[in-house]
Amino acid sequence: MAKVIKEHIHSLLEKGTRQDGRKLLEYRKDVSVEYGISPKSAEGSARVRIGETEVVAGVKLGIGVPYPDQQDAGSIMVGTELSPIAGDRFEMGPPSIESIEISRVVDRGIRESGALDFKKLCVKKGEMVWQVFIDMYPINDAGNLRDACSLAALAALKDAKFPELDKSTQKVDYKKKTKVGMPLTDDPIEVTVIKINEDFLIDPTVEEEEYLDSRLTVAFLKDGTICAMQKGGKGALSTEDINKMVGIASDNVKILRKAL
Amino acid sequence: MSKKRNDGRAVGEARPMEAKVGVVPSAKGSAMFKIGNTIAVAAVRGPRKLHPKFLQDPEKGKLRCFYNMISFSGAGDRVRPGPSRRSKEINLVMESALTPAIDLSAYPGCAVDVFINLIQTDAGTRCAAITAASMALADAGFRMQDIVSAIAVGKANGEIVVDLNYEEDSDENGVDIPIAMMPNEEKVTLLQLDGRIKKEELAKALELVKPVCKKIGEVQREAIIARHEKDGKGN
Repeated sequence: MAKVIKEHIHSLLEKGTRQDGRKLLEYRKDVSVEYGISPKSAEGSARVRIGETEVVAGVKLGIGVPYPDQQDAGSIMVGTELSPIAGDRFEMGPPSIESIEISRVVDRGIRESGALDFKKLCVKKGEMVWQVFIDMYPINDAGNLRDACSLAALAALKDAKFPELDKSTQKVDYKKKTKVGMPLTDDPIEVTVIKINEDFLIDPTVEEEEYLDSRLTVAFLKDGTICAMQKGGKGALSTEDINKMVGIASDNVKILRKAL
Repeated sequence: MSKKRNDGRAVGEARPMEAKVGVVPSAKGSAMFKIGNTIAVAAVRGPRKLHPKFLQDPEKGKLRCFYNMISFSGAGDRVRPGPSRRSKEINLVMESALTPAIDLSAYPGCAVDVFINLIQTDAGTRCAAITAASMALADAGFRMQDIVSAIAVGKANGEIVVDLNYEEDSDENGVDIPIAMMPNEEKVTLLQLDGRIKKEELAKALELVKPVCKKIGEVQREAIIARHEKDGKGN
């Protein structure tokens, strides 16, 4: 069965098309972002749809002590739950390696890009900082969860408002949201390009992901600067391949950015 | 029937409801149920072989439920991901609430799994989860004797009321009685209680809950029909 699907994908690619009739470098048209999908409970939340793929993401804030080596900076924690609700191939239990990888790449796109000003998450140096928990929950996997998760995480951050904080008791009043949003200075967004045989594809379906040879996820800032990358898959890439894939990703990031 | 509740509802009035079927296209059956601020999304996976093998029932399939409050669904601190004692108990009572309504005799040795994510919570989550799960099972096309509709009834501020919201549920002298029914059969499949209540009050509560479950049953039925009509037009 697996072989049949694989051969089917290959033969379609030879004809320059794909299972759903798209061209190889054609992103799905229906990309949407909905903000505030859990407004009574989350500090920020969003739903992203790419075709039939759906991810909800939310931000919760907490107060904690800073890390010893960063006395004047807050922290973020990014998690992804690949629950069987989203697809037959997911299983219950502790986070799978796939979910850890998705979270880590999103985390790097936000952290290492400097898009979130961690210093502004400090309430009192050495004592009290905001902790930002970003969690992504795929609801339906119709391919390309990576791009969807990254966009959902960013959208939830953009939607988030600080709750009121009593500095003397360190108590957070979650019922009272302030008007102050997250200290975001940029919008890191990931785009994933995959390679099957000698062909490059964008916005893969579930089955294309299953039979890919290589995958490259690239995160970009608004001005086109690259801020995170992750190569995946069992295949090897030449430097020409990499340059080509980065170029394709860079051409497509505007589709996602426009949906914000 | 005199005193108004904190959100202006009458004692026998449930919060506004919304139901939709087919919300997770990759699943065999799925549903969303929203009541007040509580939102549940359910998807059915299976039937598939149940592992480990000693759990298999050679006579019929086994229904399993997986209730999950997502990390940002609570109004206070972040909810820690992963199963808790509470969620495991909810899984158990959900399974017993839904099993009487569904016929899995065609699937010996298999499991039918329902995964329920709570997107936002404001009391009544297990009831919303059961209501969503039964719609998802119906959507998946399993043979069912009746739909299952669930709602909490209880006592808040000295009154017997249905569908307690978070504030009412937090009343320290309050009583919470989650109930699931097969509304057409008028049979109860989930019954829990915590708090203190006289048996006359309990009888009153059980009467109060019946028309509400029937109403939820209507909302569920309409959502399922709406989806099938849509399908008929080639969607």
